[in-house]
Amino acid sequence: MSSSSLRDSIASDALSVSIRGLARSFGERRVLNDVSLEIAQGEIVALIGPSGCGKSTLLRHIGGLDTPTAGSITIGDAPVTGLDARSAIAFQEPRLLPWRSLTRNVEVGLPRTRRAASDRERVSHLLELVKLSESAHLRPREISGGMAQRVSLARALARQPGVLLLDEPFGALDALTRLAMQDLLLELHAAEPATIVIVTHDVDEALYLADRVVLLGSSPADSADAVSSVRATVTVPGHRPRDRGSADLAVLRAELLEGLGVATHHLPVTSSS
Amino acid sequence: MSLSSPLSVLERPVVTDVAASPAPVETSTPRRRRWVRPVLLGAVLPLALIALWQLIATSGLVASYRLPTPLGVWAAGVDLYERGVLYQHVAISTQRVLLGFVIGSVVGLALASVVGLSARVSEFFAPTLGALRAVPSLAWVPLLGLYLGYNEDSKVALIAIGAFFPVYTTVASALRHVDAHLVELGRSYGYSGPALLGLVQLPAVVPAVISSLRLALAQAWLFLVAGELLGASLGLGFLLVDSQQNGRIDRLFLTIILLGVLGKLTDTAVGVLERFLLKRWGS
Repeated sequence: MSSSSLRDSIASDALSVSIRGLARSFGERRVLNDVSLEIAQGEIVALIGPSGCGKSTLLRHIGGLDTPTAGSITIGDAPVTGLDARSAIAFQEPRLLPWRSLTRNVEVGLPRTRRAASDRERVSHLLELVKLSESAHLRPREISGGMAQRVSLARALARQPGVLLLDEPFGALDALTRLAMQDLLLELHAAEPATIVIVTHDVDEALYLADRVVLLGSSPADSADAVSSVRATVTVPGHRPRDRGSADLAVLRAELLEGLGVATHHLPVTSSS
Repeated sequence: MSLSSPLSVLERPVVTDVAASPAPVETSTPRRRRWVRPVLLGAVLPLALIALWQLIATSGLVASYRLPTPLGVWAAGVDLYERGVLYQHVAISTQRVLLGFVIGSVVGLALASVVGLSARVSEFFAPTLGALRAVPSLAWVPLLGLYLGYNEDSKVALIAIGAFFPVYTTVASALRHVDAHLVELGRSYGYSGPALLGLVQLPAVVPAVISSLRLALAQAWLFLVAGELLGASLGLGFLLVDSQQNGRIDRLFLTIILLGVLGKLTDTAVGVLERFLLKRWGS
């Protein structure tokens, strides 16, 4: 596939997301307020923020798993009104059905409206993409956590979603596996174009993967009630794959960590004599 | 695909030796030993009991009209068999148990599915069914006799009632406790109603269904004897009453042993089904 035709297919398959003035309350407690965000077709956006700030809640709203108290979400041209076939979500836990083989678990993700012979091919293609072809016949209990998350990713992609929603998909994995999964996700993004919204608490992960990093949280001014909204949007410079040790990223990393309320002890780079 | 990543090096299936690699060809000897030993070991106690029974019965410690000898019981069995009635008693009882068991389990499964999946339906049905469940089994006998007559229908109905409750109670509660994460997963991938039931809930409760079926089968035999004790002209329960009234202690023992053996045989059949289903649906 040439790079220009790849871009064409991104333009046709990936969908934009538009969030306008979204608010969500659980009973008396307001979690999100006035969240507005425009996400372009094929963009990778990372949502970061302190735990409990409503990152996952926002993601669930985009997927139609939750309905906003106020505001609206649009995918492509049409608003999100409920569970939406245009998006697919991969949860923090792999959530595989233990009685099904990996192949049959990926099949769960296929669109239910049309089932064709080509679907079988598509499932084996996806298992190949996540490098699980040889384990396709295994049951979930026979595989590692990283493998299970790859199955979960393949299942989400089976829907050919315009928007792929990832809720801390690598959070429970060990550090090395997580790095490998991040690279795999970028490969998948190239092979199976979709707009990706990823929730993470890992600033490095956000900077490595995303075009833009969105910092959610309550502003320090009204810290009394912890209502979250978009506090900052950072455009990550450069092109993927990024140098994990880049100096530009180190500066952004320090900024974001400070935005999260973490002291970084970051010293400006000075030329030593 | 020419994608390369360190993933394949980092991670390998955890249990490769169980499912992935072909099992080494086994010689028949260890395979046979695997079931021969439990069978032999399990036979020790029954054989010892029969020996002890024989010893006590022939010692004169207990009068022979109170305790027959094992051989006497065997002879009673052969006698009934030669008259052609033993088979009739066993066959009609087994037929009643199986019919009642199937009817009770199917209705139990159906109702449990509805009650277990909807909180509203559960609120509607659960108290009534709970009260019906509290009614002792024998209390149904006169009513069923009056409504259906002392015939096959009333006996099968009684057994069905007995088989219904273990299945209904166990499966309804198992459905309520299916992993909510998996249910949400199914929903988020567009499954709902019966499709969701088939994708997530039913497979998840297969182990509970099987153990409830075993309970239901034991209940079915229990209710069979209850039903036949109180009005039948054929069947193992009738044989019990008849033997008691005629002082045929040997036939009484025979019937009790037959009930034990038949119960164990049908339970083993469900056990085979269990192993098959758990291999398919177990986690």
